[in-house]
Amino acid sequence: MQYTAAMPVDVWADVVANYTLSSDYNILVLGAPEIAAAAEPGQFVMVKAGTGHDPLLRRPFSVFEVLRNEGGAPTAISILNKRIGPTTTLIYTAAHGQRMAVLGPLGRPFSPVDPPAEAWMVAGGVGLAPFATLAASLGARGVRSTLFYGARRGQELFCLNLFRDLDVDLVLTTEDGSAGEHGRVVAPLERRLAARPADAPVMVYACGPEGMLAATASVATRHGRPSQVSVERVMGCGLGGCYSCVVPMRGDDGRYHHVRSCLTGPVLPGDQIRWD
Amino acid sequence: MDLSVQIGSLTLKNPLIAASGCFGYGVEYADMVDLASLGGVAVKGLFLNEREGHPAPRIVETPAGMLNAIGLQGIGVRRFIDEKLPELRARQATVIVNICGTTLDEYVEVARILSDAEGIAALELNISCPNIKEGGIQFGCSLTGTFDVVSAVRRVTKLPIIPKLTPNVTDVASFARASEDAGADAVSLVNTFLAMVIDIESRRPRISNVVGGLSGPAIRPIAVRMVYECRQTVKIPIVGMGGIADARDALEFMIAGATAVQVGTANFVDPLIWPKLLDGMRQYLERHQIARLADLVGTVDTTARDKEWISS
Repeated sequence: MQYTAAMPVDVWADVVANYTLSSDYNILVLGAPEIAAAAEPGQFVMVKAGTGHDPLLRRPFSVFEVLRNEGGAPTAISILNKRIGPTTTLIYTAAHGQRMAVLGPLGRPFSPVDPPAEAWMVAGGVGLAPFATLAASLGARGVRSTLFYGARRGQELFCLNLFRDLDVDLVLTTEDGSAGEHGRVVAPLERRLAARPADAPVMVYACGPEGMLAATASVATRHGRPSQVSVERVMGCGLGGCYSCVVPMRGDDGRYHHVRSCLTGPVLPGDQIRWD
Repeated sequence: MDLSVQIGSLTLKNPLIAASGCFGYGVEYADMVDLASLGGVAVKGLFLNEREGHPAPRIVETPAGMLNAIGLQGIGVRRFIDEKLPELRARQATVIVNICGTTLDEYVEVARILSDAEGIAALELNISCPNIKEGGIQFGCSLTGTFDVVSAVRRVTKLPIIPKLTPNVTDVASFARASEDAGADAVSLVNTFLAMVIDIESRRPRISNVVGGLSGPAIRPIAVRMVYECRQTVKIPIVGMGGIADARDALEFMIAGATAVQVGTANFVDPLIWPKLLDGMRQYLERHQIARLADLVGTVDTTARDKEWISS
Protein backbone atom coordinates (compact mmCIF):
# COMPACT_ATOMS: atom_id res chain seq x y z
CA MET A 1 0.00 0.00 0.00
CA GLN A 2 2.83 2.34 0.84
CA TYR A 3 4.20 4.35 -2.05
CA THR A 4 7.95 4.06 -2.28
CA ALA A 5 9.86 6.87 -3.89
CA ALA A 6 13.15 8.66 -3.47
CA MET A 7 14.22 8.85 0.15
CA PRO A 8 13.20 12.17 1.69
CA VAL A 9 15.96 14.60 2.55
CA ASP A 10 16.05 17.37 5.12
CA VAL A 11 17.69 20.51 3.81
CA TRP A 12 18.31 24.04 5.02
CA ALA A 13 16.60 25.91 2.21
CA ASP A 14 17.22 29.59 1.48
CA VAL A 15 14.17 31.75 1.02
CA VAL A 16 14.74 32.71 -2.61
CA ALA A 17 11.63 34.84 -3.05
CA ASN A 18 8.36 35.65 -1.33
CA TYR A 19 5.48 36.76 -3.55
CA THR A 20 2.58 38.32 -1.69
CA LEU A 21 -0.71 37.44 -3.40
CA SER A 22 -3.16 39.06 -0.97
CA SER A 23 -3.48 39.96 2.69
CA ASP A 24 -3.61 36.21 3.49
CA TYR A 25 -1.86 34.36 0.68
CA ASN A 26 1.73 34.21 -0.53
CA ILE A 27 4.03 32.02 -2.58
CA LEU A 28 7.33 31.21 -0.90
CA VAL A 29 10.21 29.99 -3.05
CA LEU A 30 12.66 27.73 -1.22
CA GLY A 31 16.04 26.78 -2.64
CA ALA A 32 15.96 23.01 -2.34
CA PRO A 33 17.33 21.44 -5.53
CA GLU A 34 17.35 17.86 -4.17
CA ILE A 35 13.67 18.06 -3.27
CA ALA A 36 12.80 19.88 -6.49
CA ALA A 37 14.46 17.12 -8.50
CA ALA A 38 12.63 14.29 -6.74
CA ALA A 39 9.16 15.73 -6.07
CA GLU A 40 6.19 14.25 -7.91
CA PRO A 41 2.80 15.97 -8.31
CA GLY A 42 0.79 15.71 -5.09
CA GLN A 43 3.76 15.15 -2.79
CA PHE A 44 4.44 17.44 0.14
CA VAL A 45 7.21 18.85 2.30
CA MET A 46 7.39 19.47 6.06
CA VAL A 47 8.59 23.01 6.76
CA LYS A 48 10.00 24.31 10.05
CA ALA A 49 9.37 28.03 9.85
CA GLY A 50 11.28 29.24 12.91
CA THR A 51 14.38 27.92 14.64
CA GLY A 52 13.26 27.83 18.28
CA HIS A 53 10.70 25.84 20.26
CA ASP A 54 7.73 28.08 19.48
CA PRO A 55 6.26 27.23 17.06
CA LEU A 56 7.68 23.77 17.63
CA LEU A 57 6.41 21.47 14.91
CA ARG A 58 6.82 21.52 11.18
CA ARG A 59 3.84 22.05 8.92
CA PRO A 60 2.97 20.15 5.75
CA PHE A 61 2.76 21.98 2.42
CA SER A 62 2.10 20.63 -1.04
CA VAL A 63 4.87 21.32 -3.50
CA PHE A 64 3.28 24.10 -5.60
CA GLU A 65 5.89 24.60 -8.32
CA VAL A 66 9.24 23.10 -9.27
CA LEU A 67 11.52 25.91 -10.46
CA ARG A 68 14.36 25.33 -12.89
CA ASN A 69 17.39 27.26 -14.06
CA GLU A 70 18.08 28.22 -17.68
CA GLY A 71 19.61 24.81 -18.30
CA GLY A 72 16.45 23.12 -17.09
CA ALA A 73 17.92 21.79 -13.85
CA PRO A 74 15.60 21.91 -10.81
CA THR A 75 16.74 24.55 -8.32
CA ALA A 76 13.86 25.32 -6.00
CA ILE A 77 10.31 24.54 -4.98
CA SER A 78 7.57 26.94 -4.11
CA ILE A 79 4.74 26.54 -1.61
CA LEU A 80 1.34 28.22 -1.65
CA ASN A 81 0.65 29.52 1.83
CA LYS A 82 -2.45 30.88 3.54
CA ARG A 83 -1.89 32.74 6.78
CA ILE A 84 -3.96 31.14 9.55
CA GLY A 85 -1.62 30.60 12.54
CA PRO A 86 1.89 31.21 13.88
CA THR A 87 3.78 29.03 11.37
CA THR A 88 1.85 30.23 8.34
CA THR A 89 2.38 33.83 9.53
CA LEU A 90 6.15 33.24 9.69
CA ILE A 91 5.97 31.85 6.17
CA TYR A 92 3.85 34.79 5.02
CA THR A 93 6.38 37.29 6.37
CA ALA A 94 9.56 35.34 5.52
CA ALA A 95 12.33 37.48 4.04
CA HIS A 96 14.77 36.76 1.25
CA GLY A 97 17.92 35.21 2.72
CA GLN A 98 16.22 33.51 5.67
CA ARG A 99 16.62 29.76 5.92
CA MET A 100 14.08 27.08 6.76
CA ALA A 101 14.39 23.35 7.36
CA VAL A 102 12.49 21.57 4.59
CA LEU A 103 11.93 17.80 4.67
CA GLY A 104 10.72 16.00 1.58
CA PRO A 105 9.45 14.98 -0.81
CA LEU A 106 6.92 13.02 1.21
CA GLY A 107 3.77 10.99 0.65
CA ARG A 108 2.05 9.23 -2.19
CA PRO A 109 1.62 11.40 -5.31
CA PHE A 110 -1.24 11.64 -7.79
CA SER A 111 -1.38 8.89 -10.40
CA PRO A 112 -1.55 10.69 -13.75
CA VAL A 113 -3.88 9.38 -16.45
CA ASP A 114 -3.11 9.01 -20.15
CA PRO A 115 -5.16 10.09 -23.19
CA PRO A 116 -7.91 9.68 -24.14
CA ALA A 117 -8.84 10.10 -20.46
CA GLU A 118 -9.33 13.68 -19.37
CA ALA A 119 -8.18 15.08 -16.03
CA TRP A 120 -10.62 17.21 -14.07
CA MET A 121 -8.90 18.95 -11.19
CA VAL A 122 -11.06 20.39 -8.42
CA ALA A 123 -9.45 22.98 -6.15
CA GLY A 124 -10.86 24.92 -3.22
CA GLY A 125 -8.89 27.90 -1.85
CA VAL A 126 -5.35 26.97 -0.86
CA GLY A 127 -6.17 23.49 -2.22
CA LEU A 128 -4.93 24.84 -5.55
CA ALA A 129 -1.42 23.97 -4.38
CA PRO A 130 -0.82 20.47 -5.84
CA PHE A 131 -2.36 21.20 -9.24
CA ALA A 132 0.33 23.32 -10.89
CA THR A 133 2.75 20.39 -10.98
CA LEU A 134 -0.01 17.92 -11.82
CA ALA A 135 -1.20 20.07 -14.72
CA ALA A 136 2.35 20.30 -16.09
CA SER A 137 2.78 16.54 -15.81
CA LEU A 138 -0.57 15.85 -17.49
CA GLY A 139 0.22 18.34 -20.24
CA ALA A 140 3.47 16.54 -20.97
CA ARG A 141 1.48 13.31 -21.40
CA GLY A 142 -0.92 15.00 -23.79
CA VAL A 143 -3.86 14.75 -21.40
CA ARG A 144 -6.58 17.36 -21.78
CA SER A 145 -7.24 18.91 -18.38
CA THR A 146 -9.74 21.23 -16.73
CA LEU A 147 -9.36 23.08 -13.44
CA PHE A 148 -12.52 23.65 -11.40
CA TYR A 149 -11.34 26.31 -8.99
CA GLY A 150 -13.44 27.82 -6.22
CA ALA A 151 -12.59 30.60 -3.78
CA ARG A 152 -14.38 32.93 -1.39
CA ARG A 153 -14.05 35.89 -3.77
CA GLY A 154 -12.55 36.84 -7.09
CA GLN A 155 -9.39 38.38 -5.61
CA GLU A 156 -8.58 34.97 -4.13
CA LEU A 157 -8.48 33.16 -7.46
CA PHE A 158 -4.71 33.07 -7.91
CA CYS A 159 -2.23 32.12 -10.61
CA LEU A 160 -4.83 31.68 -13.34
CA ASN A 161 -2.32 32.52 -16.09
CA LEU A 162 -0.01 29.78 -14.86
CA PHE A 163 -2.77 27.27 -15.67
CA ARG A 164 -3.79 29.02 -18.90
CA ASP A 165 -0.17 28.77 -20.07
CA LEU A 166 -0.40 25.02 -19.48
CA ASP A 167 -3.52 24.86 -21.72
CA VAL A 168 -5.74 24.01 -18.78
CA ASP A 169 -9.42 24.91 -19.24
CA LEU A 170 -10.64 26.96 -16.28
CA VAL A 171 -14.04 26.75 -14.58
CA LEU A 172 -14.14 29.35 -11.82
CA THR A 173 -16.55 29.84 -8.93
CA THR A 174 -16.70 32.26 -6.02
CA GLU A 175 -18.83 32.12 -2.91
CA ASP A 176 -19.70 35.83 -3.20
CA GLY A 177 -20.24 35.78 -6.95
CA SER A 178 -17.54 38.39 -7.60
CA ALA A 179 -15.93 36.25 -10.31
CA GLY A 180 -16.92 33.16 -12.24
CA GLU A 181 -20.03 31.25 -11.26
CA HIS A 182 -21.70 32.17 -7.97
CA GLY A 183 -21.56 29.27 -5.49
CA ARG A 184 -19.52 26.19 -4.76
CA VAL A 185 -17.11 24.55 -7.15
CA VAL A 186 -18.82 21.16 -6.97
CA ALA A 187 -21.92 22.50 -8.79
CA PRO A 188 -20.28 22.98 -12.22
CA LEU A 189 -18.31 19.77 -11.70
CA GLU A 190 -21.54 17.85 -11.23
CA ARG A 191 -23.13 19.39 -14.35
CA ARG A 192 -20.11 18.50 -16.48
CA LEU A 193 -20.01 14.97 -15.09
CA ALA A 194 -23.71 14.52 -15.87
CA ALA A 195 -23.19 15.76 -19.44
CA ARG A 196 -20.13 13.63 -20.21
CA PRO A 197 -20.77 10.44 -22.22
CA ALA A 198 -20.21 7.31 -20.17
CA ASP A 199 -17.65 5.96 -22.64
CA ALA A 200 -15.45 9.07 -22.37
CA PRO A 201 -13.04 8.42 -19.50
CA VAL A 202 -12.27 11.07 -16.90
CA MET A 203 -10.26 11.12 -13.69
CA VAL A 204 -11.30 13.55 -10.97
CA TYR A 205 -8.50 15.02 -8.83
CA ALA A 206 -9.40 17.10 -5.78
CA CYS A 207 -7.74 19.16 -3.06
CA GLY A 208 -9.39 21.61 -0.70
CA PRO A 209 -11.55 21.82 2.40
CA GLU A 210 -12.86 18.54 3.79
CA GLY A 211 -16.47 19.31 2.88
CA MET A 212 -15.48 20.01 -0.72
CA LEU A 213 -13.47 16.78 -0.89
CA ALA A 214 -16.37 14.76 0.49
CA ALA A 215 -18.81 16.35 -1.99
CA THR A 216 -16.40 15.90 -4.90
CA ALA A 217 -15.71 12.24 -4.10
CA SER A 218 -19.40 11.56 -3.68
CA VAL A 219 -20.37 13.30 -6.94
CA ALA A 220 -17.63 11.47 -8.84
CA THR A 221 -18.71 8.10 -7.44
CA ARG A 222 -22.37 8.82 -8.21
CA HIS A 223 -21.43 9.41 -11.84
CA GLY A 224 -19.27 6.31 -11.95
CA ARG A 225 -15.98 8.19 -12.09
CA PRO A 226 -12.82 7.46 -10.09
CA SER A 227 -11.38 10.22 -7.95
CA GLN A 228 -8.05 10.92 -6.29
CA VAL A 229 -8.34 13.29 -3.36
CA SER A 230 -5.49 14.98 -1.51
CA VAL A 231 -6.53 15.14 2.14
CA GLU A 232 -5.30 17.67 4.66
CA ARG A 233 -4.75 16.65 8.26
CA VAL A 234 -2.95 18.07 11.27
CA MET A 235 0.38 16.32 10.90
CA GLY A 236 3.11 15.88 13.51
CA CYS A 237 6.02 14.38 11.61
CA GLY A 238 5.16 13.54 7.98
CA LEU A 239 7.05 10.25 8.24
CA GLY A 240 4.57 7.86 9.87
CA GLY A 241 5.98 8.18 13.37
CA CYS A 242 3.23 9.97 15.25
CA TYR A 243 -0.06 8.55 13.91
CA SER A 244 -1.76 11.94 14.14
CA CYS A 245 -2.84 12.40 10.51
CA VAL A 246 -5.16 9.43 10.12
CA VAL A 247 -8.10 9.07 7.73
CA PRO A 248 -10.69 6.26 7.85
CA MET A 249 -10.21 4.27 4.65
CA ARG A 250 -11.95 1.10 3.50
CA GLY A 251 -9.62 -1.88 3.58
CA ASP A 252 -9.60 -5.17 1.71
CA ASP A 253 -11.79 -6.62 4.47
CA GLY A 254 -14.53 -4.08 3.63
CA ARG A 255 -14.13 -2.33 6.96
CA TYR A 256 -12.73 1.13 7.61
CA HIS A 257 -9.30 1.46 9.15
CA HIS A 258 -7.27 4.50 10.14
CA VAL A 259 -4.49 5.00 7.61
CA ARG A 260 -1.78 7.62 7.99
CA SER A 261 -2.30 10.31 5.37
CA CYS A 262 1.47 11.00 5.34
CA LEU A 263 2.33 7.48 4.17
CA THR A 264 -0.75 6.00 2.49
CA GLY A 265 -1.74 9.51 1.31
CA PRO A 266 -2.01 12.42 1.09
CA VAL A 267 -3.56 11.33 -2.23
CA LEU A 268 -6.22 8.71 -1.56
CA PRO A 269 -8.98 7.07 -3.62
CA GLY A 270 -12.06 9.22 -2.99
CA ASP A 271 -14.54 6.36 -3.01
CA GLN A 272 -12.74 4.51 -0.20
CA ILE A 273 -12.68 7.32 2.36
CA ARG A 274 -15.25 7.71 5.09
CA TRP A 275 -15.99 11.40 5.51
CA ASP A 276 -16.96 12.00 9.15
CA MET B 1 35.11 7.44 25.27
CA ASP B 2 32.47 5.01 26.49
CA LEU B 3 28.85 5.94 25.85
CA SER B 4 27.38 2.58 26.85
CA VAL B 5 24.93 2.27 29.70
CA GLN B 6 23.43 -0.67 31.57
CA ILE B 7 19.69 -1.25 32.09
CA GLY B 8 19.49 -4.38 34.21
CA SER B 9 21.02 -7.18 32.17
CA LEU B 10 20.76 -5.10 29.00
CA THR B 11 23.72 -3.10 27.73
CA LEU B 12 22.85 -0.19 25.45
CA LYS B 13 25.60 1.11 23.18
CA ASN B 14 24.52 4.62 24.10
CA PRO B 15 21.73 6.07 26.24
CA LEU B 16 19.52 7.34 23.39
CA ILE B 17 16.21 5.53 22.92
CA ALA B 18 13.51 6.54 20.47
CA ALA B 19 10.41 7.04 22.63
CA SER B 20 7.40 4.81 22.22
CA GLY B 21 4.56 6.42 20.28
CA CYS B 22 6.94 8.85 18.61
CA PHE B 23 8.82 6.55 16.25
CA GLY B 24 6.11 4.33 14.75
CA TYR B 25 7.38 0.75 14.72
CA GLY B 26 10.87 1.99 13.90
CA VAL B 27 10.71 0.66 10.35
CA GLU B 28 9.17 3.94 9.19
CA TYR B 29 12.51 5.63 9.93
CA ALA B 30 14.81 2.83 8.80
CA ASP B 31 15.78 4.50 5.52
CA MET B 32 16.58 7.85 7.14
CA VAL B 33 18.07 6.81 10.48
CA ASP B 34 20.63 4.10 11.18
CA LEU B 35 18.56 2.21 13.71
CA ALA B 36 21.63 0.30 14.90
CA SER B 37 23.23 3.59 15.95
CA LEU B 38 20.54 4.16 18.58
CA GLY B 39 20.78 2.81 22.10
CA GLY B 40 17.30 1.43 21.59
CA VAL B 41 14.05 1.75 19.70
CA ALA B 42 10.88 1.70 21.83
CA VAL B 43 8.13 0.78 19.42
CA LYS B 44 4.55 1.98 19.50
CA GLY B 45 2.44 0.46 22.28
CA LEU B 46 0.98 -2.95 21.48
CA PHE B 47 -2.11 -4.66 22.79
CA LEU B 48 -2.96 -8.26 22.04
CA ASN B 49 -5.20 -7.17 19.16
CA GLU B 50 -5.40 -4.38 16.62
CA ARG B 51 -6.85 -1.03 17.66
CA GLU B 52 -8.05 1.85 15.51
CA GLY B 53 -7.44 4.62 18.05
CA HIS B 54 -9.25 7.95 18.23
CA PRO B 55 -10.59 9.95 15.27
CA ALA B 56 -8.59 12.94 14.00
CA PRO B 57 -7.73 15.59 15.06
CA ARG B 58 -5.34 13.78 17.34
CA ILE B 59 -2.73 16.45 18.05
CA VAL B 60 -2.55 20.17 18.56
CA GLU B 61 0.50 22.32 19.03
CA THR B 62 0.94 24.24 22.31
CA PRO B 63 3.62 26.70 23.46
CA ALA B 64 6.90 24.75 23.10
CA GLY B 65 4.96 21.53 23.10
CA MET B 66 2.12 19.49 21.76
CA LEU B 67 -0.96 17.73 23.01
CA ASN B 68 -1.81 14.30 21.68
CA ALA B 69 -4.55 11.75 22.02
CA ILE B 70 -3.83 9.08 19.45
CA GLY B 71 -5.70 6.41 21.40
CA LEU B 72 -3.05 3.70 21.05
CA GLN B 73 -3.79 2.78 17.46
CA GLY B 74 -1.81 -0.35 16.80
CA ILE B 75 -1.46 -3.56 14.84
CA GLY B 76 -1.45 -5.96 17.76
CA VAL B 77 1.42 -8.03 19.06
CA ARG B 78 1.26 -10.90 16.56
CA ARG B 79 1.26 -8.72 13.48
CA PHE B 80 4.15 -6.78 15.01
CA ILE B 81 6.17 -9.97 15.34
CA ASP B 82 5.31 -11.08 11.80
CA GLU B 83 5.46 -7.79 9.91
CA LYS B 84 7.81 -5.40 11.74
CA LEU B 85 10.21 -7.35 13.94
CA PRO B 86 12.08 -9.07 11.09
CA GLU B 87 13.09 -5.73 9.55
CA LEU B 88 14.04 -4.28 12.94
CA ARG B 89 16.26 -7.32 13.51
CA ALA B 90 17.77 -7.05 10.04
CA ARG B 91 18.61 -3.42 10.79
CA GLN B 92 20.21 -4.55 14.06
CA ALA B 93 17.99 -2.32 16.18
CA THR B 94 17.87 -2.86 19.94
CA VAL B 95 14.14 -3.42 20.18
CA ILE B 96 12.21 -2.37 23.26
CA VAL B 97 8.55 -3.30 22.94
CA ASN B 98 6.03 -1.10 24.71
CA ILE B 99 3.15 -3.31 25.88
CA CYS B 100 -0.37 -2.38 26.89
CA GLY B 101 -3.35 -4.15 28.32
CA THR B 102 -6.91 -3.50 29.30
CA THR B 103 -6.61 -6.26 31.92
CA LEU B 104 -3.78 -7.76 33.90
CA ASP B 105 -4.21 -10.97 31.92
CA GLU B 106 -3.67 -9.10 28.67
CA TYR B 107 -0.34 -7.68 29.83
CA VAL B 108 0.72 -11.17 30.83
CA GLU B 109 -0.38 -12.66 27.52
CA VAL B 110 1.35 -9.99 25.43
CA ALA B 111 4.53 -10.34 27.52
CA ARG B 112 4.47 -14.12 27.12
CA ILE B 113 4.06 -13.92 23.34
CA LEU B 114 6.94 -11.44 23.04
CA SER B 115 9.17 -13.51 25.32
CA ASP B 116 8.85 -16.40 22.87
CA ALA B 117 9.89 -14.19 19.94
CA GLU B 118 13.53 -13.78 18.94
CA GLY B 119 15.22 -10.42 18.90
CA ILE B 120 13.52 -8.41 21.64
CA ALA B 121 15.77 -6.64 24.13
CA ALA B 122 13.28 -5.47 26.75
CA LEU B 123 9.63 -4.82 27.52
CA GLU B 124 8.37 -1.39 28.51
CA LEU B 125 5.10 -1.67 30.39
CA ASN B 126 2.74 1.10 29.40
CA ILE B 127 0.77 1.74 32.58
CA SER B 128 0.51 5.43 31.93
CA CYS B 129 -1.28 6.32 28.70
CA PRO B 130 -3.55 9.21 29.67
CA ASN B 131 -5.77 8.97 26.62
CA ILE B 132 -7.78 5.81 26.89
CA LYS B 133 -9.70 4.63 29.90
CA GLU B 134 -8.50 1.05 29.71
CA GLY B 135 -4.94 1.66 28.54
CA GLY B 136 -3.20 0.73 31.74
CA ILE B 137 -3.64 4.02 33.52
CA GLN B 138 -5.93 2.23 35.98
CA PHE B 139 -2.82 0.26 36.96
CA GLY B 140 -0.43 3.18 36.73
CA CYS B 141 -2.42 5.43 39.06
CA SER B 142 -2.67 2.87 41.85
CA LEU B 143 0.33 1.62 43.85
CA THR B 144 -1.17 -1.85 44.28
CA GLY B 145 -2.17 -1.91 40.60
CA THR B 146 1.38 -1.03 39.57
CA PHE B 147 2.81 -3.67 41.91
CA ASP B 148 0.37 -6.32 40.68
CA VAL B 149 0.91 -5.80 36.95
CA VAL B 150 4.70 -5.64 37.25
CA SER B 151 4.72 -8.76 39.44
CA ALA B 152 2.48 -10.64 37.04
CA VAL B 153 4.63 -9.80 34.02
CA ARG B 154 7.78 -10.57 36.02
CA ARG B 155 6.55 -14.13 36.54
CA VAL B 156 6.24 -14.84 32.80
CA THR B 157 9.33 -13.25 31.28
CA LYS B 158 13.08 -13.16 31.68
CA LEU B 159 13.30 -10.04 29.51
CA PRO B 160 14.16 -6.82 31.32
CA ILE B 161 10.91 -5.05 32.20
CA ILE B 162 10.61 -1.29 32.40
CA PRO B 163 7.29 0.11 33.66
CA LYS B 164 6.63 3.52 32.08
CA LEU B 165 5.26 5.81 34.76
CA THR B 166 2.72 8.57 34.56
CA PRO B 167 3.46 12.02 35.95
CA ASN B 168 -0.25 12.48 36.67
CA VAL B 169 0.10 11.39 40.31
CA THR B 170 1.07 13.25 43.46
CA ASP B 171 4.22 11.25 44.20
CA VAL B 172 5.75 9.53 41.19
CA ALA B 173 8.64 8.18 43.28
CA SER B 174 6.28 5.91 45.22
CA PHE B 175 5.28 4.31 41.90
CA ALA B 176 8.94 3.82 41.04
CA ARG B 177 9.35 2.06 44.39
CA ALA B 178 6.29 -0.14 43.83
CA SER B 179 7.78 -1.12 40.47
CA GLU B 180 11.14 -1.91 42.05
CA ASP B 181 9.51 -3.95 44.80
CA ALA B 182 7.64 -5.95 42.17
CA GLY B 183 10.82 -6.89 40.34
CA ALA B 184 11.13 -4.28 37.59
CA ASP B 185 14.59 -3.93 36.08
CA ALA B 186 14.18 -0.20 35.52
CA VAL B 187 11.47 2.46 35.32
CA SER B 188 10.91 4.98 32.54
CA LEU B 189 9.38 8.37 33.12
CA VAL B 190 7.60 10.57 32.34
CA ASN B 191 4.70 9.78 30.08
CA THR B 192 2.72 12.86 29.05
CA PHE B 193 0.89 15.31 31.29
CA LEU B 194 -2.90 15.26 30.99
CA ALA B 195 -3.90 18.57 29.44
CA MET B 196 -6.52 20.37 27.36
CA VAL B 197 -6.68 23.00 24.62
CA ILE B 198 -9.91 24.78 23.64
CA ASP B 199 -10.63 26.77 20.50
CA ILE B 200 -12.29 29.87 21.93
CA GLU B 201 -14.07 30.73 18.65
CA SER B 202 -15.92 27.43 18.37
CA ARG B 203 -15.61 26.66 22.12
CA ARG B 204 -14.68 23.14 21.19
CA PRO B 205 -11.67 21.12 22.31
CA ARG B 206 -8.91 21.08 19.69
CA ILE B 207 -8.56 17.30 19.73
CA SER B 208 -11.29 14.71 19.34
CA ASN B 209 -10.64 13.02 22.69
CA VAL B 210 -11.25 16.36 24.49
CA VAL B 211 -8.14 15.89 26.66
CA GLY B 212 -4.71 14.57 25.78
CA GLY B 213 -1.10 14.24 26.86
CA LEU B 214 1.28 17.20 26.82
CA SER B 215 4.85 16.62 25.66
CA GLY B 216 7.75 18.65 24.34
CA PRO B 217 10.22 21.18 25.79
CA ALA B 218 7.44 22.80 27.86
CA ILE B 219 7.35 19.84 30.27
CA ARG B 220 11.09 19.23 30.58
CA PRO B 221 11.81 20.89 33.96
CA ILE B 222 8.95 18.98 35.61
CA ALA B 223 10.19 15.72 34.14
CA VAL B 224 13.75 16.40 35.31
CA ARG B 225 12.45 17.03 38.82
CA MET B 226 10.53 13.75 38.77
CA VAL B 227 13.58 11.79 37.59
CA TYR B 228 15.59 13.41 40.38
CA GLU B 229 12.96 12.41 42.97
CA CYS B 230 12.88 8.82 41.74
CA ARG B 231 16.69 8.66 41.82
CA GLN B 232 16.53 9.45 45.55
CA THR B 233 14.01 6.68 46.08
CA VAL B 234 14.96 3.60 44.02
CA LYS B 235 18.15 1.76 43.12
CA ILE B 236 17.05 0.41 39.73
CA PRO B 237 18.03 2.40 36.65
CA ILE B 238 15.78 5.19 35.41
CA VAL B 239 15.05 5.92 31.77
CA GLY B 240 14.32 9.64 31.69
CA MET B 241 12.25 11.52 29.16
CA GLY B 242 10.14 14.62 28.70
CA GLY B 243 10.95 17.37 26.24
CA ILE B 244 14.54 16.45 25.36
CA ALA B 245 15.41 18.48 22.27
CA ASP B 246 19.21 18.57 22.28
CA ALA B 247 22.26 16.98 23.89
CA ARG B 248 22.24 19.42 26.79
CA ASP B 249 18.71 18.36 27.68
CA ALA B 250 19.67 14.68 27.55
CA LEU B 251 22.70 15.31 29.77
CA GLU B 252 20.52 17.21 32.24
CA PHE B 253 18.30 14.15 32.66
CA MET B 254 21.33 11.93 33.18
CA ILE B 255 22.83 14.25 35.76
CA ALA B 256 19.46 14.24 37.52
CA GLY B 257 19.63 10.45 37.70
CA ALA B 258 18.60 8.91 34.38
CA THR B 259 20.81 6.09 33.11
CA ALA B 260 19.26 6.31 29.65
CA VAL B 261 16.94 8.79 27.98
CA GLN B 262 14.13 8.70 25.47
CA VAL B 263 13.48 11.31 22.80
CA GLY B 264 10.01 11.66 21.36
CA THR B 265 8.53 14.96 20.27
CA ALA B 266 11.90 16.32 19.11
CA ASN B 267 12.11 13.45 16.62
CA PHE B 268 8.99 14.86 14.93
CA VAL B 269 10.69 18.23 14.56
CA ASP B 270 14.02 16.78 13.44
CA PRO B 271 14.06 13.12 12.37
CA LEU B 272 17.84 13.36 11.95
CA ILE B 273 18.38 14.47 15.54
CA TRP B 274 20.15 11.28 16.69
CA PRO B 275 23.71 11.83 15.44
CA LYS B 276 23.46 15.46 16.59
CA LEU B 277 22.59 14.29 20.11
CA LEU B 278 25.47 11.82 20.15
CA ASP B 279 27.95 14.44 18.91
CA GLY B 280 26.80 16.88 21.57
CA MET B 281 27.21 14.28 24.31
CA ARG B 282 30.68 13.34 23.11
CA GLN B 283 31.74 16.99 23.06
CA TYR B 284 30.50 17.43 26.60
CA LEU B 285 32.42 14.41 27.85
CA GLU B 286 35.55 15.66 26.15
CA ARG B 287 35.16 19.13 27.58
CA HIS B 288 34.65 17.73 31.09
CA GLN B 289 37.23 14.97 30.65
CA ILE B 290 34.81 12.22 31.53
CA ALA B 291 35.74 8.85 30.04
CA ARG B 292 32.51 6.98 30.74
CA LEU B 293 29.14 8.59 30.19
CA ALA B 294 27.64 6.27 32.79
CA ASP B 295 29.76 8.03 35.42
CA LEU B 296 27.66 11.14 34.90
CA VAL B 297 24.43 9.50 36.05
CA GLY B 298 22.92 11.02 39.17
CA THR B 299 25.85 13.37 39.78
CA VAL B 300 23.76 16.44 40.39
CA ASP B 301 25.41 18.40 43.20
CA THR B 302 22.83 19.92 45.49
CA THR B 303 25.15 20.59 48.42
CA ALA B 304 26.26 24.07 47.42
CA ARG B 305 22.68 25.10 47.07
CA ASP B 306 21.92 23.77 50.56
CA LYS B 307 24.77 25.77 52.11
CA GLU B 308 23.75 28.93 50.36
CA TRP B 309 20.26 28.39 51.60
CA ILE B 310 21.39 27.92 55.19
CA SER B 311 23.70 30.92 55.24
CA SER B 312 21.23 33.34 53.69
